[in-house]
Amino acid sequence: MISASTNDIEFRSVSKSYGAVTAVSDINLQVPKGAFVALLGPSGCGKTTCLRMIGGFEQPTTGEVLINGQPMNGVPAYRRPVNMVFQQYALFPHFDVEQNVSYGLRQARPRINAREISRRANEALEMVRLGGFGKRRIHEMSGGQQQRVALARALVNKPSVLLLDEPLAALDKKLRTAMQIELQTLQRELGITFVLVTHDQEEALSMSDLVCVMNAGRIVQLAAPRDVYDHPTDFFVADFVGKTNRIAATVEADGSTLRLADGSALSIPGRSALKPGSAILALRPEAISLHRQNGSASGKFSGIVTHRIFLGSSAEYSIAVEGLGDFLVTADRSDLADGELVEPNERVVLNFDPSAAHIFPA
Amino acid sequence: MRAFISAVYLFLYAPIALVVLFSFNAGRNASEFTGFSTMWYGKALGNTFLVAALQNSLIIALTSATLAAIFGTMAALGMERLRPRSRAVLDGLFAAAIVVPGVVIGIATLVALVEVFSFMNPVLASVWPGENPPQLGLGYGSIIAAHGLFSMALVTMIVKARIASLGRDIVEASSDLYATPLTTFRLVVLPQILPSVLAGFLLSFTFSFDDFIIAFFVAGSKTTLPIYVFASIRRGVTPEINAVATLVLVASLMMILIARILMREKKPTN
Repeated sequence: MISASTNDIEFRSVSKSYGAVTAVSDINLQVPKGAFVALLGPSGCGKTTCLRMIGGFEQPTTGEVLINGQPMNGVPAYRRPVNMVFQQYALFPHFDVEQNVSYGLRQARPRINAREISRRANEALEMVRLGGFGKRRIHEMSGGQQQRVALARALVNKPSVLLLDEPLAALDKKLRTAMQIELQTLQRELGITFVLVTHDQEEALSMSDLVCVMNAGRIVQLAAPRDVYDHPTDFFVADFVGKTNRIAATVEADGSTLRLADGSALSIPGRSALKPGSAILALRPEAISLHRQNGSASGKFSGIVTHRIFLGSSAEYSIAVEGLGDFLVTADRSDLADGELVEPNERVVLNFDPSAAHIFPA
Repeated sequence: MRAFISAVYLFLYAPIALVVLFSFNAGRNASEFTGFSTMWYGKALGNTFLVAALQNSLIIALTSATLAAIFGTMAALGMERLRPRSRAVLDGLFAAAIVVPGVVIGIATLVALVEVFSFMNPVLASVWPGENPPQLGLGYGSIIAAHGLFSMALVTMIVKARIASLGRDIVEASSDLYATPLTTFRLVVLPQILPSVLAGFLLSFTFSFDDFIIAFFVAGSKTTLPIYVFASIRRGVTPEINAVATLVLVASLMMILIARILMREKKPTN
């Protein structure tokens, strides 16, 4: 089927409810061909339901899912040109590795001859660096290897879209990082659209070229990873993607001055007028700079270090600021004048550029 | 405590051991062991009444176990698709069917069958084109039906447990890889549940082969092996009966052992 559509996947006001529970409500989404999209959100946000509706394991209650411009309502999973990598891999335990990988090819009608099936299956195994493992039993493979078998089993069918349901969740950190790079490389080489479901914001930011942040069954933001991080649309996104300090504030009548809980005023320059009323000031930990309070250092806030998490080249500090609560600050060692870590119970001064802050209506 | 447990086991197994022992008795007397011999096995297998009863039992056990395995598996698969509430009700009914006493099943089946026959036979006679209309009556069919129904509940419970541990995702994976529901069943579901179906079949076979109570009610003029043994015991326990009992015991134990091996959960890999 040749289609003029430039979108591999399209959601048209899709909702899905189970009885009285709404899992997904009024989703509109277009995934361009060849994109690597991550559906990111906390558990229960509806991301997996969306993926399952593309795969054909769930049908939308209202609305329409299109693949290659073709409406897919009522089309069962086995007639959809997409393949999925399942969270627990879902390999067939009674087949060997090659039989697992060739499973999809063996269902093709008209039939593909056995030698061709075997050739393609082994080619797919080579692609995921498992050449020569074809005759192994599934239970003889490690978790990481099973993951790659699942990937080969899906990719061997040359789907127009590959669906990945938290594929790396069961792997340890080192393996996960390696697989992230591998998946990204594969996606670029094959040019297949990847739709990844994950609750791990780091995974979403590092792998995808489009992040779709979801919360409570809705899409909150759809943008490139950098834009999601730098320009979150609301406090939920700012908080979920990366770390954020939440500071309660009130916007004064002039629309550019913020009054904080400790009574101090903060003027936010170079921004369209804010709506007066209560607001949230969101500040990334790395946007705040940390200074020892000896000498002439002066800053916006001063506080006492309560905890320090050493991260190697940098450290994360928890700092209690009078009247404003705890602040999370990330500081490179080299940022501090003497290159030394700040110790707990030390008094410090915090500084930040107000233009780096995000202000959301509360 | 240890002595008490020993006494319990002695009480349970000593009679069985004696039956086995005396089946190899060279003498006629059932209370005094006079030497080792396999003569009674030969006698038993040469007894045409006994062999006929054995044959009946085998036909009934095979047929009812086969039917139970097929319909029990279908029931187990079908119940997966029910809504939780209806499934709970059916679950309860199947579990109840297993604990209903044999006497009750026997009487209930007998009453039901007799009612059906007395209604169907005149109907059959009136629509039959030939001379001698078939008469429905007790026999193979009624025992197979009664055993099959009970065994079906057994198979359903066993297969359901296996399906529950199967997980939805490999079925979905198969569907995702273009396999139609029928192909998925053939290539993925059936190979996974087959051991439990076989185990159910063997247990059903054992149940039917050993059952006396239900068969006694619905057998009509047919004699199964347990009925034959019961009837001949009135003429005194002979070593021949011991030989038959030993054969049945060994066969049953083997079947149950195989069933247990088949039902054993495979250890999770990784």
